[in-house]
Amino acid sequence: MAVTVSPERDSVATPVQRATREALYAGAISFGLFVLFIGLKTGQNISNELVLTTRWGLLAAVVIATAVGRFLYVAYGQPFMANQKITDVATGLLPASVASRFFQLPAFFVAIIAAVLLFVFNSSLAGWVGAEPAGYLQFLRALAVIYVLACVIYYFRAFIHANFTKLGIAALVLYPILVVAVLSLSAWSIVGGLQGSLKWVDNFGIQILIYVMLAWGLNIVVGLAGLLDLGYVAFYAIGAYAYALLGTQYGLSFWILLPAAGAMAAFWGVLLGFPVLRLRGDYLAIVTLAFGEIIRLVLINWREVTNGSAGISGIPKVSFFGLMSFNVSDPNYIAKVLGIAQSGAYYKIFLYYLILGLCLLTAFVTIRLRRLPVGRAWEALREDEIACRSLGINTTTTKLTAFATGAMFGGFAGSFFAARQGFVSPESFVFLESAIILAIVVLGGMGSLVGIAVAAMVMIGGTEALRELDFLKQIFGPDFTPELYRMLLFGMAMVIVMLWKPRGFVGSREPTAFLKVRRAVSGSFTKEGHG
Amino acid sequence: MQYFVQQLINGLTLGSIYGLIAIGYTMVYGIIGMINFAHGDIFMVGAFTALIVFLILGALFYSVPVVVALLVMMIVAMLLTSLYNWTIEKVAYRPLRGSFRLAPLITAIGMSIALSNFVQVTQGPRNKPIPPMVSQVYNINGISVSLKQIIIVVVTALLLALFWYLVNRTSLGRAQRACEQDRKMAALLGIDVDRTISITFIMGAALAAVAGTLFLMYYGVIAFSDGFTPGVKAFTAAVLGGIGSLPGAVLGGLMIGFIESMWSAYFSIDYKDVAAFSILAIVLIFLPSGILGRPEVEKV
Repeated sequence: MAVTVSPERDSVATPVQRATREALYAGAISFGLFVLFIGLKTGQNISNELVLTTRWGLLAAVVIATAVGRFLYVAYGQPFMANQKITDVATGLLPASVASRFFQLPAFFVAIIAAVLLFVFNSSLAGWVGAEPAGYLQFLRALAVIYVLACVIYYFRAFIHANFTKLGIAALVLYPILVVAVLSLSAWSIVGGLQGSLKWVDNFGIQILIYVMLAWGLNIVVGLAGLLDLGYVAFYAIGAYAYALLGTQYGLSFWILLPAAGAMAAFWGVLLGFPVLRLRGDYLAIVTLAFGEIIRLVLINWREVTNGSAGISGIPKVSFFGLMSFNVSDPNYIAKVLGIAQSGAYYKIFLYYLILGLCLLTAFVTIRLRRLPVGRAWEALREDEIACRSLGINTTTTKLTAFATGAMFGGFAGSFFAARQGFVSPESFVFLESAIILAIVVLGGMGSLVGIAVAAMVMIGGTEALRELDFLKQIFGPDFTPELYRMLLFGMAMVIVMLWKPRGFVGSREPTAFLKVRRAVSGSFTKEGHG
Repeated sequence: MQYFVQQLINGLTLGSIYGLIAIGYTMVYGIIGMINFAHGDIFMVGAFTALIVFLILGALFYSVPVVVALLVMMIVAMLLTSLYNWTIEKVAYRPLRGSFRLAPLITAIGMSIALSNFVQVTQGPRNKPIPPMVSQVYNINGISVSLKQIIIVVVTALLLALFWYLVNRTSLGRAQRACEQDRKMAALLGIDVDRTISITFIMGAALAAVAGTLFLMYYGVIAFSDGFTPGVKAFTAAVLGGIGSLPGAVLGGLMIGFIESMWSAYFSIDYKDVAAFSILAIVLIFLPSGILGRPEVEKV
């Protein structure tokens, strides 16, 4: 909450007086905002008429919480942060002095011991204290583990900073092995068994990597060429439907259709690109949004081909490069060929490595393209279109190649998505998806591949993690469903992160063209384009 | 011919609602140059407030005259929805003023997601139907005009007249137009820019709340997700008319309304939105800054 009051009045009041006043305002405003929506609830009675029930207690709690929160923020939060700004050069996520106070060696060792003890004696402790406090113990354990990890990252920050890309790729390659090994072999795991651990590969690993790939694809259009595209999900849909239709109707293999889907999406990117070349700024944004909606509406209404809102199911699985299949009934089923036990795990892990490979391909192509004339032309276009034209760059083809390249990666991701789900429907390609992808690109810091990957991990991983918070039920009662609050928190997180870091997570850029030494420059030097 | 006139009337009704929402988009765009993506959800919040007020009136009084009920719904919806838009501007857009262009766009999208999910969490995901408030239908030469449609068109016309007066004849409107042209110069001349921007958001929300109340009365149902489609349509209308231009917003709204009703009458109802969006794209190819928009001057 960053409401400010005019400074003239503040000069006479002490922080506490000011905070009290602000808290009263905040309470009054939140009462006004929430009196009808939280204080009353519309429900249906037996004869299906709408009736109102009251929730004054909840309303009072929310209003008081807002006022108290505002009081604490104005009285203690703001002065503290102002102090930090003076004494610290804010580097990274935490100011240095806060971090050194927060991550101290004794606390680190205590946290390690606590985590180990809680893991080893989990079942006996749970038996001793009863079922309900055991939920809190699990929560404590999770906190201890997070603190230990944060400490390790803090102590090795220089090393991590220097080798970030290598470490990141190594961690991504090892991730499924580690997750399966740790979670399926341990009796004291949070979610037992192989199936439980596969969830972490599937819901977290694959899901996040799909968004990373989409965001990296959109980054070419928005981050490099500076063209605001609000309908990126259309290309994702085209790729998914291309694989779904051609795969189910003609039985073509994924490995043929993957490039085909990319080419088809690129073709549509060019088709969209042509009419919008003259448009700038928000006119471009609305036309791309309209294009996304048109594609979705056609998918819903062209029932003869797309099967309407019911979608297409039974999409064939990806094969192991045509050599082995993941269908149990096939003669070349992977378990039969290799002589190992039947399991669905192979397919999940194979998909993980497949999308990881596709992601790395996207990153590789982006990095190489930035060093080619066409990539430099994109960035020049973003910086200054008029200068670009006067230097003889053909802005038409430059914009078209940006659209086509971005769309192609969207198409790849789409066909992977169709293969992973085995089912596609227009529901998956709503505007919200475009908005989420764009938000990831901007939150990550446009143009920075690492920042975008981090943003995807935080935003998508965070909302997926909300599905796992069962211990909250023990605090708020069994009716509490964290899933419901998922998108509400997602929206609020978008706002808060943007207010906190308007330039995105990674604030520096590495220019590809430089005079003598390559040096990272501040992200605020790069422009965002007018197109 | 009768059929055509009938569709014209339907289009006018629809277009009035779009026009009212579109003004909110175009005013905010004109003054701070950002797309307020949360505006469609502000419209939905307005309609939901009207629904809750309707239920309160039904619970408290045995019977309320329809005119009084509509007026109370509209006024409460205008007040509360303005409060929402005012708060959103203060919390999510003002700290980012002067920051780069995409930052407020992202907070606006975040606010839009948060608002619709807030209503879903607090009021439930179901459609909320209300019994019809106004049901008279007049028949003139075989053309049926319902009282609902007359109310919508009359209320819209009255509001637009009032709004035109506010923008063109009062000092507040003058301040607004000055901020639109040059914010820094306006500030130097003693205009409180922040206050003017807040008032712009309040005015846009009030019009959207009226649109929401009329929408609820016309269709008799509202759900938490109903903000998106009218929002996008109204935004399309604002761009079609030339974003930043107030008459353009109304004209664009009416055009979208006519296109939709004509297309569903003569071609296929499934593709009415596709038609609206396609016509937007075609118009923008020939008039890149909309119908009444000022062409952007490129400065070196």
